[in-house]
Amino acid sequence: MTVWLLAVLATLASVRDASAQRPRTLTVFAAASLTAPFTELGDSLERRRPGLSVRFNFAGSQQLAAQLAEGAEADIFASADERWMRDAGGRGLLAGTPVIFARNRLVVALPAGNPGRIERLQDLARPGLKLVLAAASVPAGAYGREMLERLSRTAGFTPDFARRALANLASEEENVKAVLAKVQLGEADAGIVYRTDVAGRVASHVRVLEIPEAANVVAEYPAAARAGTAEAADARAFLSLLLGDLGQRVLAAHGFLSAQR
Amino acid sequence: MLSAARSLAFRAAVTLAVALLLGLLGLPLAAVLLRIPPGALAQRLGDPLVVDALRLSLVTSAAATAVVVVLGLPTAYLLATRDFRGKRLAETLVDLPLVLPPTVAGVALLAAFGRAGLAGGALAALGIRLPFTTLGVVVAQAFVAAPFFIGAARTALADVDRRYVDIAATLRSSPSHTFFRVLLPLALPSLASGAAMSWARALGEFGATITFAGNLPGVTQTMPLAVYLALQSDLDAALALSVLLLAVSLGVLLLVRPRARRPAR
Repeated sequence: MTVWLLAVLATLASVRDASAQRPRTLTVFAAASLTAPFTELGDSLERRRPGLSVRFNFAGSQQLAAQLAEGAEADIFASADERWMRDAGGRGLLAGTPVIFARNRLVVALPAGNPGRIERLQDLARPGLKLVLAAASVPAGAYGREMLERLSRTAGFTPDFARRALANLASEEENVKAVLAKVQLGEADAGIVYRTDVAGRVASHVRVLEIPEAANVVAEYPAAARAGTAEAADARAFLSLLLGDLGQRVLAAHGFLSAQR
Repeated sequence: MLSAARSLAFRAAVTLAVALLLGLLGLPLAAVLLRIPPGALAQRLGDPLVVDALRLSLVTSAAATAVVVVLGLPTAYLLATRDFRGKRLAETLVDLPLVLPPTVAGVALLAAFGRAGLAGGALAALGIRLPFTTLGVVVAQAFVAAPFFIGAARTALADVDRRYVDIAATLRSSPSHTFFRVLLPLALPSLASGAAMSWARALGEFGATITFAGNLPGVTQTMPLAVYLALQSDLDAALALSVLLLAVSLGVLLLVRPRARRPAR
């Protein structure tokens, strides 16, 4: 009896294995700022789940949300802010509630040579400076404007700080990497970018001015599976990988804050 | 009999090709037109941001076309009428902006004319700043639009019957006289058509502009940039702006084209 049962279990297990090894593709739509850690995590998920290949589409969250709305095939959507996740959710494109898997904060990036001679945040309001932000419709741009407003209400800053800093706006970029490029090339005196943007190789080309915790705007990164995905099990595995030890370690290595406050 | 069948097949092939091309070019334009809600166009026209972008687009693309024609015509004249060492290289150089992805062109322009660029110091000494300025938009547009005019002008000037030029020479017409009184009038329709192509390319320019000149409403935000930024938040607004841009381009091209087709005397 026991032997028979074991045989059945073994058969079932091998059937499960066979299905697990069926060649499958998991398509992940992820915010551009997630490129480095997600590529690493995709590789480790492929190693853990035989037959699976993980494919990424990295772009601005707003672009990804638009692609999803137009019917793009994706299994996972990971956004750089909750606005575009809500947008996708509102269109009935998501399965379940999105999970917050990482957080990010803003910093001020200066060219290595510091042509604007900026030593402290107050200097951003000095007339004649060239400040570059992402456009207000881009998450980083919206956060940046909110951060300037918060600084205006902070001790040591004048109430018109945000207005005067924004009067120095030389360009509103289409995405946060374009802001960083203008800083790296030395065209902008200062740019507002994510902490993660100045981690890694870029670090040697820019100087970073930290923003006090109280005034800093923390971006939360939500992820969710797409409603009706054909690879629900793999999608779940990807989401738990993000929230698990390895996922959080890899994200932290790229400058992200942990999902928990 | 065989020739009749052949001519029928030829006509069918031409019709099929034209139909496919119309589908490829016309369908996306028609789709954009059909998707915008009625009234959205008029509503956008009142938006000061749109008015600014449209005005900026018209001014900068006109200025870029002027630059391209003034500097490009002598270049085209040289390439069309003279043989010299390095001519092939010069011809290739003039065509190169065509293959360069516009964003790369923007980075190249920054590396050359930016604050930290090769000629940045010299420009600053002259009091000229290009990045983040309207002048920078004109430079970016001229860079990507120049090959269209120069290519057309080169062909147009080379196609003028040599006999007219030779006769002018036997009549002791100076090279400048021949150029202005013989070459230019004969080539004018094709030159106008080339200028229109350059203008259209300058008007639609996006990548080089946002990379080199940045994006600031009223200063460097041309219509294509406004469309792209609108696309990030409001698809309907972006489509309405695109249609507006298309309508303006169509109007100007129609204005220029009939003159370009008028046969030269």
